Amino acid sequence: MSKKDLISIMDYSKEDYLRIMDMAADFEENPNQTLLEGKVVASLFFEPSTRTRLSFETAINRMGGRIVGFSDSGSSSVSKGETLHDTIRMVSQYADLIVMRHPLEGSARYAAEVSSVPVINAGDGANQHPTQTLLDMYSILKTQKTFDNLNIFMVGDLRYGRTVHSLLMALSQFENPIFNFIAPEELQMPEEYKIYLREKGIRFFEHLEFTNIISEADIVYMTRVQKERFSDPMEYEKVKNVYILRNSMLKNTKPNMRILHPLPRVNEIATDVDQNEKAYYFQQARNGVFAREAIISHALNLK
Amino acid sequence: MKEHKKKLKLKVSAISEGTVIDHIPSESLFDVISILELDKTTNMITFGTNLDSGKLTNKAIIKVSNQFFENDDINRIALIAPHAKLNIIRDYEVVEKKVVEVPDRVVGIVKCFNPKCITNAEPITTSFSVISKEPITLKCRYCEKITHENQMVIR
Ligand SMILES: [Zn+2]
Repeated sequence: MSKKDLISIMDYSKEDYLRIMDMAADFEENPNQTLLEGKVVASLFFEPSTRTRLSFETAINRMGGRIVGFSDSGSSSVSKGETLHDTIRMVSQYADLIVMRHPLEGSARYAAEVSSVPVINAGDGANQHPTQTLLDMYSILKTQKTFDNLNIFMVGDLRYGRTVHSLLMALSQFENPIFNFIAPEELQMPEEYKIYLREKGIRFFEHLEFTNIISEADIVYMTRVQKERFSDPMEYEKVKNVYILRNSMLKNTKPNMRILHPLPRVNEIATDVDQNEKAYYFQQARNGVFAREAIISHALNLK
Repeated sequence: MKEHKKKLKLKVSAISEGTVIDHIPSESLFDVISILELDKTTNMITFGTNLDSGKLTNKAIIKVSNQFFENDDINRIALIAPHAKLNIIRDYEVVEKKVVEVPDRVVGIVKCFNPKCITNAEPITTSFSVISKEPITLKCRYCEKITHENQMVIR
């Protein structure tokens, strides 16, 4: 691949991850580096995602780039029935880089094939959201100083949560991770990821609750358990309070332990946790800008 | 019943030059014809279906006159007729026998099982890596989701 697209987290090697981490740290030190001066970035949001879009657009602005695009497909030619193929063909004639979010899975890979300029996937349906994973990784590295020998707790909806799947794949490239999966019966980690871990000889454990084991965690990655995911609403009622993190549960946790969440949160982290120094999810969101500056630099060979 | 079989045998009788494709599951006959683009050929084709076979309860056979297939082309039918056997005929004699092999990559032919996949929304040629050949398991190049053998639909 000569063009440096970022479509799936596995498009990057371990060396790429580390390079992104170094660059993100550099951008955190000095966020305003005008490396994108004179360049145009297309920000194509075929479905709205204010949080991700603002993070990208902040990164682009801090780097001195200009932005063209749209924030949802209702206001673009797409609503007039133009194919993704034609939209991407056209835009890649105008811009130096495409950042896109699209509700259909595989749309980003397809766009990268059609486009003559690099494409960064800002989420393709339930498939991939690699820039989220890289900012999660940057948050982990910042708080733990290493990717090796970490005990990662993943909590909540592990079945449909693409962020936990991608993070699992990425962290599996490093030394000796341990995963603890905490999820209700219906929302457990899919078999394909467990097969992957077994093949790599990586230890993992599955639990239905985590109050009694949280003291072992280095990272607690929380996700939301949504009612719509349950075939039986009674099942949801039974488990809905099991996957909520409360401040009282943090008493005997490790000093280095940090809580991550891709946001937006609903009620899966009680607000009393916010004051705890182990709550890291708001800083995590801030790290997203630095990680995205690094990803853009990497895609365009700016550094 | 016996009479019927005899009649069928006559209808799919020997060819002088060409290819005989045997051991096709009856339900896959027309898909095989379309994958090999035999519906577009001008060569003489005869086929029989719902024949008794030792291995398959219902099998079909296709005889194509004056046409020979590249391995890459013929392997495309492996997805729906994994036990198909080919006899290459020259001057009424079988000069070569071939079996089909599931390829490592499948381009086109199969629809991605994921309804939210971009390939089901726009005119895009599907592309899969074959992650298991028995049973056939395909991973979509685009949405990265799995299509299992029992979910395969021919486009
Ligand atoms: Zn697909």
